[in-house]
Amino acid sequence: MRIKNTIIFSLISSFFLIFLISIWKILATLQGLNINSFNIEVLFILGFLISLAHLGIANRIKSIYKSIIFSSVFVFCDGYLIQKLPIWYNVGVFLILYFFSYKIGKYSFIGLKEEHSTQVILFDFLTLFGILFFSFVILFPFYMMLVTSFKTQIALLVNPLDFSINFGQDIKDLFKSYFVIFKSYKFGKYILTSTIVSVGTVIITLLFAIPAAYAVARLNFFGKTFLSTSILIIYMFPAIVLVIPLYTIFSQLGLRNSIEGLLIVYTATTLPVAIYMLQGYFKSIPKELEEAAILDKLSWFGIITKIIIPLSIPAISSVALYVFMIAWNEFLFSLMFLDNPNSFTLSRAIQYLSGDAETPRQYLMAGSVVVTLPVLFIFVYFEKYLVSGLTAGSVKG
Amino acid sequence: MNDTLANTEKKTAYILTLPAVLLVFAIILFPIFANVWISFKEVELKDIRIPEPRAKKIVKSIPDEPSKIKILYKLRNSSLLQEIRDVSFKDNFPKNFQIENLDSRCEYTKSSLKCEFGNWPAKYKENFQVIFSTNDGSEIDKKTLKSIKPKLDGKSDNILLNTNFTLKNFKKVLFENEFLDLLLTTFYYTFFGTVGSIVFGILTAQMVNQKFFGRTFMRSVLLFPYVAPVVALAYTWELLLDPNSGTLNSLLLNYQIIETPINLLGQKYIEIGIFGFDFKLRLALTTVIMFEIWRYFPLAFLFILARLQAIPKELYEAADVDGASPFQKFFKITLPQITAVISILFMIRFIWNFNKFEDVFLLTGGASGTRTLPINVYQQGFAISDIGMGSAVSIVIVVLLLMFMFFYFRLLGKRVDEN
Repeated sequence: MRIKNTIIFSLISSFFLIFLISIWKILATLQGLNINSFNIEVLFILGFLISLAHLGIANRIKSIYKSIIFSSVFVFCDGYLIQKLPIWYNVGVFLILYFFSYKIGKYSFIGLKEEHSTQVILFDFLTLFGILFFSFVILFPFYMMLVTSFKTQIALLVNPLDFSINFGQDIKDLFKSYFVIFKSYKFGKYILTSTIVSVGTVIITLLFAIPAAYAVARLNFFGKTFLSTSILIIYMFPAIVLVIPLYTIFSQLGLRNSIEGLLIVYTATTLPVAIYMLQGYFKSIPKELEEAAILDKLSWFGIITKIIIPLSIPAISSVALYVFMIAWNEFLFSLMFLDNPNSFTLSRAIQYLSGDAETPRQYLMAGSVVVTLPVLFIFVYFEKYLVSGLTAGSVKG
Repeated sequence: MNDTLANTEKKTAYILTLPAVLLVFAIILFPIFANVWISFKEVELKDIRIPEPRAKKIVKSIPDEPSKIKILYKLRNSSLLQEIRDVSFKDNFPKNFQIENLDSRCEYTKSSLKCEFGNWPAKYKENFQVIFSTNDGSEIDKKTLKSIKPKLDGKSDNILLNTNFTLKNFKKVLFENEFLDLLLTTFYYTFFGTVGSIVFGILTAQMVNQKFFGRTFMRSVLLFPYVAPVVALAYTWELLLDPNSGTLNSLLLNYQIIETPINLLGQKYIEIGIFGFDFKLRLALTTVIMFEIWRYFPLAFLFILARLQAIPKELYEAADVDGASPFQKFFKITLPQITAVISILFMIRFIWNFNKFEDVFLLTGGASGTRTLPINVYQQGFAISDIGMGSAVSIVIVVLLLMFMFFYFRLLGKRVDEN
């Protein structure tokens, strides 16, 4: 039992080590290093031996010294016996090994004898693996997007794996793609259009949604249950089904290629979510406040502006941010309704840019960074508001 | 007294909800009915433009006669299909202008030329010419003349409003359009995308539910693909997967994992041999599904995490006392607690994935075996310009969705009864 558990422990931990070093190698390759093999066999043997040695040495040496010894041995084997690589790469390997030996530090022969110890180890390592794996898989495309926008066409063609950025160069050269898309492709105008459309949608949606949500939350009227259930059903309704009739109607009314047309459609599609989210919050406001206000002869307009709105600033800002993000990211309707470059939104402009096969990819990526940054900034900065909104209403998408 | 109060409450409620209801009705509900209407018609993209009478004004000076001028109107019916009735024409001129040759259809009063051209058939064209002279003999400024635009008006039928209906579109959709293939692709895309995003959602939620350094940061990072604009993400992926100089292929080549680049988004099938069995995998479709999972698992993650955090800790403590293993705890406690969330998620994601257009459109444009029903709506309606067909496909989508919802709720209802 003890031998079996020891072997399983060493296996799992060496697989984990292989994974860590492989990610580091991929990142190093993308900085232009010439690494052609993961050397999985060597990594595996080293990892296995380190895990065994860790169990064997146990507490005879202080854990810090133990980690340093393991890391140095590994760096020596990996960096000097297999392939000579720059010092920063080896420093990285050293830190990874230090982290690794710190992580396996809590396991010991005594621990391995306990019930379910292999499952516990598997769970621990899977969690660690998952955290690193998902961070890598999610952040990598974003990293690529950012880095590509700083490269030049020639550099990308010469070595498609070299993503190192030369910060020594002139700032004008570094940000060249951004200068180009703003100068030759009028991205400033598109940002303005996108901002007007998104902010406009937020304002109109709130103007329509706050009174409606208040009525659904508080007042008794015929058709109330019907209204609140149809809000949810409409929310589920697919946009692709609306596209053709709206296209025909809008072209006959001359609303295509206009900001007004987009504003109308975006408001209508975000209204159900906004009403749903707001009415949930309004219901949680104590009724007594309004009863007092009615005794003071306040009209419904007064109740909404003087009591409801000040009390639900967090919910309203969450809805506002969220509607802003939907409108900013929206693509389908802007594709259908806009075909004049003068009225493009950012998303539509990038899609238009990509339609030309001659467009260098770094411009496309610079455009993508420009459209992504505001959303990610808003999201990270206001995450608390947004996450509660997301779970309450869930973004349409 | 009470009655009047209830009445004012009702009235207020209607006033408050009316704007929102009207807007949603106009933009969401009305188009759905319009869709049904259009789907039974033979309408093409060019038909929906309302026919207009048009005139191009060309100003020509006459040699040796500076006080005279020739104006040519190129008149035409903008539609190739429909006639315009009772076309009227009006153009204004400077005060000192005199008309030389008055057409019988026109009259010239108060320095404005008014004409009644009658009916114009489809494709109608006419060169209509008038000659003017100034009554005081002064020279004519061509620019100001050109800047005045003539006004035309006419009545025409709107092809969308007549009552000619046909079943042709539906016949075409269901029998000629490789409908089964389309349906199967859509189903694969929807089903595997949904299941995949839920599985990854469970894994990540379970992961983030434990305590570790950088947990809040991890939670925001996991939501990045969901909140970032689809356009930016799709093009980044396209660049990553590009067969010629994409990062993924270059990496795989560099580490000698593959010998020739794989066109992940442009190849319909790839042959894979596992345990001696060769089978064909739909490569582009798989890639598109991967993108979909990558982009939408955060929603599942968020829902499931919220549920996991609400599970009482006592349950796990009791299990520890009983000596349950981590796997037992997951399958016996965690999973049963999140089934309700999963079934809601399954429905939401299934419906939305079924209607997902942007992701596939931006990645492959529906090529190499990734044509789903929503892509077909676009292709029929705008690439082939057959609005009627596009509408018919949308109606098929709605009907399939309603069927799915019906069966789903029946199944769910039965389950609830059994419990």
